[in-house]
Amino acid sequence: MARYIIKRFIYMLITLFVIASLTFFLMKLIPGTPFSTAGKLSPEQLQIMKENYGLDQPIAVQYAQYIVGLLKGDLGISFQFNNVPVTQLLLERIQPSLVLGFQAIFFGTIIGIVLGVISALKQNTWIDYSSTFIAVLGKSIPNFVFAGVMQYYIGVKLGWLPVLFWKGWDYTIMPTIALAMFPIAITARFMRTEMIDVLGSDYITLAKAKGASSFEVAFKHGLRNALIPVITVLGPLTVSLMTGSLVIEQIFAIPGIGEQFVKAITVNDYSVIMGTTLLFSFMFVVIILIVDILYGVIDPRIRLSGGKK
Amino acid sequence: MKKSKYSLLLVLTLVLSVFLAACGGKSADNGNEKSEGAKTSNAAQEIKVLSKSEIPTLDSVKTTDEIGFNVLNSINEGLYTQDKDGSSVPALVDGEPEVSEDGKTVTFKLIDAKWSNGDPVTAQDFVFAWQRAIDPATASEYGPYMMNGKIAGAQEITDAAVAKKDFDLNTLGIKAIDEKTLEVKFEKVLPYWKDLMAFPTFYPQNEKFVKEKGNAYASNAENLISNGAFKLTAWKGPTAMEWTLEKNDTYRDADAITLKKITFNVVKDNNAQVNAFEGGEADITDILSSDLVPQYQGDERMVSALQPSVYWIKMNYKNEALANVNIREALAKAFNKEDLAASILNNGSIAANYFVPDKFVTTPDGKDFREKNGDLIVFNADEAKAAWEKGLAELGLDKLELSYLGGDTDSAKKQDEYIVNQLETNLPGLKVNLESVPFAIRLDRAKAGNYDLLHSGWGPDYPDAMTFADLWLTDSPNNEMSYSSTKYDGLITKAEEVAANQEEYVATLQEAERVFLAEDYGVAPTYQRADNILISPKVKGLVALPFGPNYSYKWITVEE
Repeated sequence: MARYIIKRFIYMLITLFVIASLTFFLMKLIPGTPFSTAGKLSPEQLQIMKENYGLDQPIAVQYAQYIVGLLKGDLGISFQFNNVPVTQLLLERIQPSLVLGFQAIFFGTIIGIVLGVISALKQNTWIDYSSTFIAVLGKSIPNFVFAGVMQYYIGVKLGWLPVLFWKGWDYTIMPTIALAMFPIAITARFMRTEMIDVLGSDYITLAKAKGASSFEVAFKHGLRNALIPVITVLGPLTVSLMTGSLVIEQIFAIPGIGEQFVKAITVNDYSVIMGTTLLFSFMFVVIILIVDILYGVIDPRIRLSGGKK
Repeated sequence: MKKSKYSLLLVLTLVLSVFLAACGGKSADNGNEKSEGAKTSNAAQEIKVLSKSEIPTLDSVKTTDEIGFNVLNSINEGLYTQDKDGSSVPALVDGEPEVSEDGKTVTFKLIDAKWSNGDPVTAQDFVFAWQRAIDPATASEYGPYMMNGKIAGAQEITDAAVAKKDFDLNTLGIKAIDEKTLEVKFEKVLPYWKDLMAFPTFYPQNEKFVKEKGNAYASNAENLISNGAFKLTAWKGPTAMEWTLEKNDTYRDADAITLKKITFNVVKDNNAQVNAFEGGEADITDILSSDLVPQYQGDERMVSALQPSVYWIKMNYKNEALANVNIREALAKAFNKEDLAASILNNGSIAANYFVPDKFVTTPDGKDFREKNGDLIVFNADEAKAAWEKGLAELGLDKLELSYLGGDTDSAKKQDEYIVNQLETNLPGLKVNLESVPFAIRLDRAKAGNYDLLHSGWGPDYPDAMTFADLWLTDSPNNEMSYSSTKYDGLITKAEEVAANQEEYVATLQEAERVFLAEDYGVAPTYQRADNILISPKVKGLVALPFGPNYSYKWITVEE
């Protein structure tokens, strides 16, 4: 197991290096400068600005400087926020996004699994149909519509929950619900299909023949096996939720990283783009590793290579 | 375990309630019941303001954005400041300064003002700030932009830095004669120098404090001192989404300030701004996006302010057809701007038949610049068609295809589609290919002269017609369309020469505008922008400013 993880870790570093290099060159293809007043500056003034930030150097030199900085753990400074270190910016902004993403995936998965299992057990009844209906809603209606509707009716009209901002636990409820709609829908659909499949398999018939109760059959034997595909989709979904959502963060005025990333791209804030991409990639590869390890835990039939000793 | 079950139930209830609430139609308005204890006889002098962006920096020599200027204008002051009517009135300067005979040197006496740390504001504070602004090592964008060609010696410093030659910051035209006397040398006669001195880039900075803080200067509320009406009491730095201003008791005119506290919150989504306002979380919103304006039309809470920003279509002279004056006349007259402003923009913006904005410059006789020069290019489909046919005949063509570069925001796309449609309808044989591209690409292609038609605009940084007029000089970096007229260049040079005589100066600029538009059809003006915000009826005295900071909170009072 340890050897497997070390091997994966080395692959991870290579992946990150490739991503860092690719992003760097792609980013340099974006037209424009990171200076907000570029439209007003004369060529000489622009030249001075570029020299100050080393942007007049050949791309290869800039790349080398960047990689050296990266090895030292220096992600550079932000242009749009007057010289704030990118590391500080990322640390500040990732927290709300992580909290929100975690809550959404946690509640979303639990609700989705419950809905899916019930649907499968009560196939083609009104319960099944209503759960399908919720899943279709969650999947087809964009989350910012839920967010907008909730903000207006629950926040402004009814005054039950804070309209927006990020100042305490109650402020997280509406954005969490909005973000959780998609995982609810996805897990419910996957769970239902897999459960129906699993419930028809031989070992379930065997379990029933042994006299296990239907609850035991569903949750002890069925659920565990039906979870495998759900976990496969949950990995990337978790990352995408934890790396923040542009619209949800904007609607509820949450100081998260999602909206920051998009803004950085539009204003050519080079070091912030690079830093955020690297952070997201890092989270992604880590989650994929965790998912791979989880497979083995849930289903002993799946063996990790190198783990045979 | 019990807790998570409870949360689950709560979540489910809430999800359900969304649908129920959505079906329930509009319930009675009860949004404001939680509002703070303003019901007593004296309303709390506190307001909550929304901003669409964070403050990138509060180092006054580095600020370039509106929210930065707004906050700086609230917490600091320069020699002059913008009054309620937008005119520049003395702030730190004591009485009328002494102007030299050639009009290029001005000597200011300073009043006794204090920084919030107790230090006096001295002439040296100005010298220090201005030198920092022009110093290439500071990497200020607005420093050289505002000073070059205006403050003596500024351009030379920039040129020397680009050429990697030595330069001396002391050659900049600013000198502290003594602690309370400041001498400023201009490059030429600047009719608008008072307004320039009111601009945040020209504010003083406390040398001792800035040097002591080094790189940390202005990085958060603790590393900043102020000499203005308010002081910044909470601001964690450029990434903060919340900050607080409180009344500065050591301000020179503290008695005139009623407002005790302003809390700012960043809300980037336009609908969320409105929801925050309706939900009682804000008293003043940031500028509304144009799709939200119609729903507040006629609502007393929406305040509209005409801005001095003018938009136009640039016609690239590198294109042989566009070098023909008749073709340009045809294009400039062929679209209905009144409809564009009233129906497409629908936010208080007005049709522009000029390039010097309305309600922007007042001439020495007290009238608006526009009053004499009036409408120079008006929509007229018949005249457009006649000029079009004449132009095509001169070129020996019967049809023409042009590219049109516009913005990629929803509002920009709607405007551009409308204009393109109008052009193609009113000018037979014209085919326009609309390209909607992001701002950075538009800027790059404009600078490279890689377009036929380009919809762009200009917002001024000081209230003088020259900030618009010098855009069209042959060697102006913002010309971008290869327009070159010796007659026009001559008029601008003449205006600069006669600047000491205000009447002649304005008359020359008016003549230049007429030549550029009514003779040369240099650009096709489209509209002058208006901005709209929502403001609570109990908040009185918010002032919209014409340049630099866009709003001033100094005169606000809160009523019951």
